Amino acid sequence: MGGKVVTISSGKGGVGKTTATANLGISLASLGKKVVVIDADIGLRNLDVIMGLENRIVYDLVDIVEGRSKLRQAMIKHKKFDDLFLIPAAQTRDKMAVSPEDMVKLANELREDFDYILIDSPAGIERGFRNALEPADEVLIVTNPEVSAVRDADRIIGLIEAADKGPGRLIINRLKTELVKKGEMLSSDDVFDILGLSIVGIIPEDELVLSASNSGIPVTLNMQSKAGMAFNNVARRVIGEDVPFMNLDESRGIFQRLAKLLNGR
Amino acid sequence: MTNLLSRLFGRAKKGSGATAKDRLRFVLQHDRINLPPERMEEMKSEILAVIVKYLVVDKDRVEIDLEQRDRRHSKLVAEIPVAIHTPPSNSKQITDSSALADVAESNGANNGSDAQSAEDEAAKPEAPKDAVEAKADEGEDEEDKKA
Ligand SMILES: Nc1ncnc2c1ncn2[C@@H]1O[C@H](COP(=O)(O)OP(=O)(O)OP(=O)(O)O)[C@@H](O)[C@H]1O
Ligand SMILES: [Mg+2]
Repeated sequence: MGGKVVTISSGKGGVGKTTATANLGISLASLGKKVVVIDADIGLRNLDVIMGLENRIVYDLVDIVEGRSKLRQAMIKHKKFDDLFLIPAAQTRDKMAVSPEDMVKLANELREDFDYILIDSPAGIERGFRNALEPADEVLIVTNPEVSAVRDADRIIGLIEAADKGPGRLIINRLKTELVKKGEMLSSDDVFDILGLSIVGIIPEDELVLSASNSGIPVTLNMQSKAGMAFNNVARRVIGEDVPFMNLDESRGIFQRLAKLLNGR
Repeated sequence: MTNLLSRLFGRAKKGSGATAKDRLRFVLQHDRINLPPERMEEMKSEILAVIVKYLVVDKDRVEIDLEQRDRRHSKLVAEIPVAIHTPPSNSKQITDSSALADVAESNGANNGSDAQSAEDEAAKPEAPKDAVEAKADEGEDEEDKKA
């Protein structure tokens, strides 16, 4: 069967699918894997800018599907990694230009030459999501520790299971450790209790994610970034390594240490 | 002051995170069976309305709840305490009453709260059978109808 197709989806929009896809792509490539990332968000192309590849685009996903471009012609090689490629979404077409069957055919071709095919799913539960889901061997569901995002994640998880693509694994993104400690944010354990899926990543809120998207250099390439490290750990779990969850508790001020003592934890 | 201290040291009682979890649990229960809370309440009263046609129900202690182990396993669990009919000491109904006594016993054996309701009921004054039916129709209006 060759390479593995991993779809990144969410339900609610804006929770970090594209950020996760870009970073996983880079991390997997830096782990020596042959990777292609596909932007399935037709009409709302984004993965290209997050990866800093926007000005190299000639052809896109719809061009491949409609036969205007050979597969290889449309694939954009990453600047740093020779074994990392992007297939960009079409910007001026709508989601109906691609069908789930088209995606399966494309994925099967890519499986022959690549270890991982990552698909960045659009938000929602419609055609674009179906396109991204159909070829998937595994689905990663991104959510934020927040009521509406978790609710929508539950919905998408139901659809993933109904399509026999389950159970899927969770990436909990934008966790604010300080707020969790104060009891003012759902913890990763809470989200696990509610959704009942295993967690493949816990990514802290990190300002460096914004700078990374500004510069088109994903945050995993920044050694200073906790979010980057966390994404890197996700990649290692995806390839089957057993990586312990990192301690996101960065604040080691006098008050926190006192609190730890007082609360006995 | 203790409040301030506990907040300073990061041990608030029940923050909005816990509220979020409760609210999510509730909303997902209904999402997952595709039945909004409002409709669920409607269904409960309909169920009760049917049962009340046949049995005397202790309405205050009725519990009909949705239990969810996970996304795929939901069940509706109902606990509906019903009054045990105590027949009048009239000799004509002896066969009836022994049958009812059996039911009361077996209920008592597997369920503590049912046994409790049997006792409660036994303590009440005896009502003839038709009075019980009248109660089923008219709610709290008890006894002495026929006597
Ligand atoms: N861990 C993080 N810390 C801080 N900001 C983040 C983090 N993850 C994502 N963001 C920010 O959240 C925003 C949305 O991220 P992203 O575009 O990856 O979401 P998405 O799920 O792909 O959105 P859409 O549904 O529109 O495709 C971006 O501005 C991104 O910089
Ligand atoms: Mg996106």
